[in-house]
Amino acid sequence: MWNRVLFGAGLFHSVCHFEISRFCPPRKSCHDWIGPPDKYSNLRPVHFYIPENESPLEQKLRELRQETQEWNQQFWANQNLTFHKEKEEFIHSRLKAKGPGLRAESGQKATLNAEEMADFYKEFLSKNFRKHMCYNRDWYRRNFAITFFMGKVALDRIRKKLRLKQKKTSS
Amino acid sequence: MELECTAVTEDSMAVGKETKEEKQWKEMKLSVDDLPGILARLSKIKLTALVVSTTSAGFALAPEPFAWPCFLLTTLGTGLASCAANSINQFFEVPFDSNMNRTKNRPLVRGQISPLLAVSFAACCAVPGVALLTWGVNPLTGALGVFNIFLYTCCYTPLKRVSIANTWVGAVVGAIPPVMGWTAATGSLDAGAFLLGGILYCWQFPHFNALSWGLREDYSRGGYCMMSVTHPALCRRVALRHCLALVALSAAAPALDVTTWTFPVIALPINLYISYLGFRFYRDADRKSSRKLFFCSLWHLPLLLLLMLSCKRPPAGSSGAGEPPS
Repeated sequence: MWNRVLFGAGLFHSVCHFEISRFCPPRKSCHDWIGPPDKYSNLRPVHFYIPENESPLEQKLRELRQETQEWNQQFWANQNLTFHKEKEEFIHSRLKAKGPGLRAESGQKATLNAEEMADFYKEFLSKNFRKHMCYNRDWYRRNFAITFFMGKVALDRIRKKLRLKQKKTSS
Repeated sequence: MELECTAVTEDSMAVGKETKEEKQWKEMKLSVDDLPGILARLSKIKLTALVVSTTSAGFALAPEPFAWPCFLLTTLGTGLASCAANSINQFFEVPFDSNMNRTKNRPLVRGQISPLLAVSFAACCAVPGVALLTWGVNPLTGALGVFNIFLYTCCYTPLKRVSIANTWVGAVVGAIPPVMGWTAATGSLDAGAFLLGGILYCWQFPHFNALSWGLREDYSRGGYCMMSVTHPALCRRVALRHCLALVALSAAAPALDVTTWTFPVIALPINLYISYLGFRFYRDADRKSSRKLFFCSLWHLPLLLLLMLSCKRPPAGSSGAGEPPS
């Protein structure tokens, strides 16, 4: 059992970060870039653009988004991996209970149908309920914070543009 | 020699893989051309169209002469309110939508639009939508519109991850639009409004419970509290119960002067059919019966509403029983 835990922890650690190190956006782009869904978390990683004249507010927003992205990646990669691992274990134990001869005869990997899996789905959901409650609360908070800061940054940019226009018209 | 070739092949394969992966990265730059399509998907335009249809049915079934200006304002206002509610729903659910097959191509999930823009769009729909309903139609309809947006975004959406009660709340959300159509025409919440709301409320259960039967794995993994996962027997029982309730409500329609007595008679075949499929789902509890019930619900509702409209009770006095004009 501990072997499985350690293996799980090792695998979890290696997948908790998106593999975005290989991707480099073109030099002339001044926007964020979004990638394909991560195979563990199903979340799409974002490569954040850092402008040369990034204001402290913009930096705060970017860091919040980056940190939320990593936090989300960690949660969902772990969640999905745990789900699939426990699903396999459930199928394995149920098939074993059914009869060892079954798999050998058919040659194919025997699976359980949706009705047989229902017990597993119910158990998994209730086991992770508390974890989801904490995640939901944190997700709502972060989502609101990010959107709020996006609003602040947008207003800030508009103000800067207006100030620049004023300077141009006055000079 | 052989090893070298393998190494070269592997390297070029790795580079090939990288370019393929790199091609999947998209610049998060919003183009004006894409915006209508993105906003349509953000506002769940097909669902909005269905909601507006049920509102129209409520309006048309109300015992008032059909007024086009009022009708147009009602449908526009309701449509905008629905767009706003759907956008906020998607704004709340990004990581969950990413993890479900049915919802993984939504605009916020794909980064086609920023959360700020999504919320701004929702506000730009909600404010004029509710204003249209409150001042263009009547305050009662406006209040129902605001209440429904609140119910859907602040009750139903978060409740999906907390308790199976979300399904009942969601059924109320679906029931309110036809009530809004009725109150827009009549200005009051009378028995007919509740009957229509009741019919839509009942319909939600066979529709949603059957749909949710095939999504149990995604719900379980994603942390959604749905009857199909936590209380499967209840899920099927509730679906069947509400199919039967549709038969009863259809019979109540003429009693409440909404339709003539022809309606429950001609609606009986389709009501019995959906009840039969509801019973099969209850008994068999498999994917096949759930899919049959779900697809039936998709045509059952529009047909039921059309039958209601065609059997609408004519207004009192127009059938010749009134005084002759002097």
